[in-house]
Amino acid sequence: MIMNTQKEFMKIGDKTFKSRLIVGTGKYKSFDETRQAIEISGAEMVTVAVRRIELDKNKDSILNHLDPKKYTFLPNTAGCYTLKEAVMTCELAREAGLGNIVKVEVIGDEKTLFPDNEATLEASKLLIKDGFHVLPYCTDDVVLCKKLEDIGCAAVMPLAAPIGSGLGIRNPYNIKLILEAVSIPVIIDAGVGTASDASRAMELGVSGILMNTAIAGAKDPLKMSLAMKMAVECGRMAYEAGRIPKKLYASASSPLDGLIEL
Amino acid sequence: MSLNFREIFLKLTINGEDRKILKSKNLEDLIRELDIQAPNFAMALNQQVVPKSKYATTPIQENDEVEIVHAVGGGI
Repeated sequence: MIMNTQKEFMKIGDKTFKSRLIVGTGKYKSFDETRQAIEISGAEMVTVAVRRIELDKNKDSILNHLDPKKYTFLPNTAGCYTLKEAVMTCELAREAGLGNIVKVEVIGDEKTLFPDNEATLEASKLLIKDGFHVLPYCTDDVVLCKKLEDIGCAAVMPLAAPIGSGLGIRNPYNIKLILEAVSIPVIIDAGVGTASDASRAMELGVSGILMNTAIAGAKDPLKMSLAMKMAVECGRMAYEAGRIPKKLYASASSPLDGLIEL
Repeated sequence: MSLNFREIFLKLTINGEDRKILKSKNLEDLIRELDIQAPNFAMALNQQVVPKSKYATTPIQENDEVEIVHAVGGGI
């Protein structure tokens, strides 16, 4: 019998994804490395930023290296500090043919890159009205996540630690509470540093993880990409398998009957 | 005969840079004149996103602000 290692798929908007790993495309040494790392990660959804074209430089584009038939693009509003910038970035992304699933980020603080939750909520409202499937980057706040669900977000993307910090899952209890409070997918956005962080997040029962720096910034990004793919799959499998309850005292796994008696 | 430069050049702000445009009359001309070759790009004129289907019929005027963007590598 072939074991069904994965019971469900990740559903975002009107799409289904076999891979629960969403990867970023920034910080790689070359487009070639980006392409390879993403291929190895098995991700089906990749996030891209939207920026001004550099005039007079017919620079190569990331999109020349990523097959749009293979990947769903998730344009993000990284670097936006106002609602207006975030909304316009999404509109431009859609017009550029990057689709209508967007990762909305409205940054509220330069040092921590924590989101401006109020502006994120407002931007999300406007974008949903305009036909976008919105995935908002937010803090690990249950009340906020419920509000984001109520206005029609396709998922919520709470951070596990500051963007690019690699500090790991610092808020497992809050993530658990969010998982109980909302019925839309919860995707960990930011904080993962290494493979065990990814597994740990998946074991909590989140639908997926978005990461960039943890792979792109590793000494060997291609090897880390494979490690992350496996860690996400293992974590998910363990979640579906159901871990044993934690107990304070020992519980032997060998039978007590038939012991030799001296 | 003195040349009237204003009829030849159009001063625009493109992606935050001051630019003199030679012959473009609309956004479609402008893309050609700037030789934009990105596979996916989008434009905004005076902070309004313009759909691709309207580039040819969207005229540009002196002092217009044009944004031309595309996808770049990025994460969070």
